[in-house]
Amino acid sequence: MYKDPEERKKEQKEKDSPMHILMDGILFENPVFRLVLGICPLLAITTSAKNAVSMGIAVIFVLMGSEFIISMLRKIIPDKVRIPAFITIIAGFVTIVQLLISAYLPALNSSLGLYIPLIVVNCIVLARAEAFASKKSVLSSLVDGFGMGVGFMAALFFMGAIREVLGAGTFFGLDLPLFGTVIEPMMFFILPPGGFFVFGICICFSQIFVKWMDKKRGKPLAKAPEIGNCEACGGSCSTCGGSEGTKI
Amino acid sequence: MIILFSAILVDNFVLSKFLGICSFLGVSKNLKTAMGMSGAVVLVMLASTALTWPIQYLLLDPLGLGYLQTLVFILVIAALVQMIEMVMKKTMPPLYNALGIFLPLITTNCAVLGVAILNITKSYSFLDAMVNALGGGLGYTLSLFLFSGVRSKVDKADVPEALKGLPITLIAASLVAVSFFGFKGLVENLFS
Repeated sequence: MYKDPEERKKEQKEKDSPMHILMDGILFENPVFRLVLGICPLLAITTSAKNAVSMGIAVIFVLMGSEFIISMLRKIIPDKVRIPAFITIIAGFVTIVQLLISAYLPALNSSLGLYIPLIVVNCIVLARAEAFASKKSVLSSLVDGFGMGVGFMAALFFMGAIREVLGAGTFFGLDLPLFGTVIEPMMFFILPPGGFFVFGICICFSQIFVKWMDKKRGKPLAKAPEIGNCEACGGSCSTCGGSEGTKI
Repeated sequence: MIILFSAILVDNFVLSKFLGICSFLGVSKNLKTAMGMSGAVVLVMLASTALTWPIQYLLLDPLGLGYLQTLVFILVIAALVQMIEMVMKKTMPPLYNALGIFLPLITTNCAVLGVAILNITKSYSFLDAMVNALGGGLGYTLSLFLFSGVRSKVDKADVPEALKGLPITLIAASLVAVSFFGFKGLVENLFS
């Protein structure tokens, strides 16, 4: 479809505005429900709302920090070694988080445990570094890191809350009324299979939501972008399940 | 023995620790790629454990650099994968053709880094660590094998519009994970 160059420029500008990037990260391109990135920690951590939020904060920090540094260095890092360079930067930030948490929040450290160092191999961070930070300005990378991080945290919190309420009958560790007396909490949701199940249902609803939005606006919602970060996630889109999520 | 069985069946990496889910969902579409991927995972897991364990105990700990663990491990694994790929290409072309394309994907497979770190946090001896890595790899293979079978049926089934694609796959994975609960208590009862 032909578009006036002026108009196109305007559209591009709108797309690059901080507000737009932020909204994309949180809602329209939500890393979890739309792009289906980083689901390993998602399923493992969301047994309670508290764990989910703390993990979310850790990821926000790593995302913002590494996107910031990477976009500053984007012109210096040679193209061929960019993936190892990105991983090193990310691993540096993850180590910072790991040390901070084990120093100040030892209880949290034991409940998140293994999954903190595993932020390094979380597809979200590397994918955003590759797809966004290595191309855009420092400021928009920071905003993107924040938006994506918050989107990730929101998704974690959402799932954590569902699983904790249904599975343990508590919310942030507080007992809820009704549960335990009228409604028996279902262990299933806390256990690993429950994670898969709740996530499946969540994706299902997000698809319904997107369809509904499309209809309302009369045009398809900005398609979740083609994941151009094939290499970032280790060479193939399908590895991350990323392309699957976007194709649907 | 206990470590081996518990790593394969009870604490299955994919279905109860959620490590390597990304590749699990990605390559389980057909049996052949699934088997190729899991072969590569077993190989890399063993090799990376054989390398990271000595690094932790002989290099990082004596120097007081334990906090660099994450950074060093991921770099070692990345380098190792590259090397295995190159060596394999030169010396074992048939094997390379079967597993080659999966090797680069493995660097970002959290199961590999996960098993390396887990071996250290559980303070396994070198032998135990290797057994754990083997068990983890075999467990990954088993779950991938089972799930790709389930998936080939699910993909043909007629499911509601909204559930098509990923959601139904996840729910199927959930059911497979339930079946693995049957193994809970197996280790205690068999070996005690």
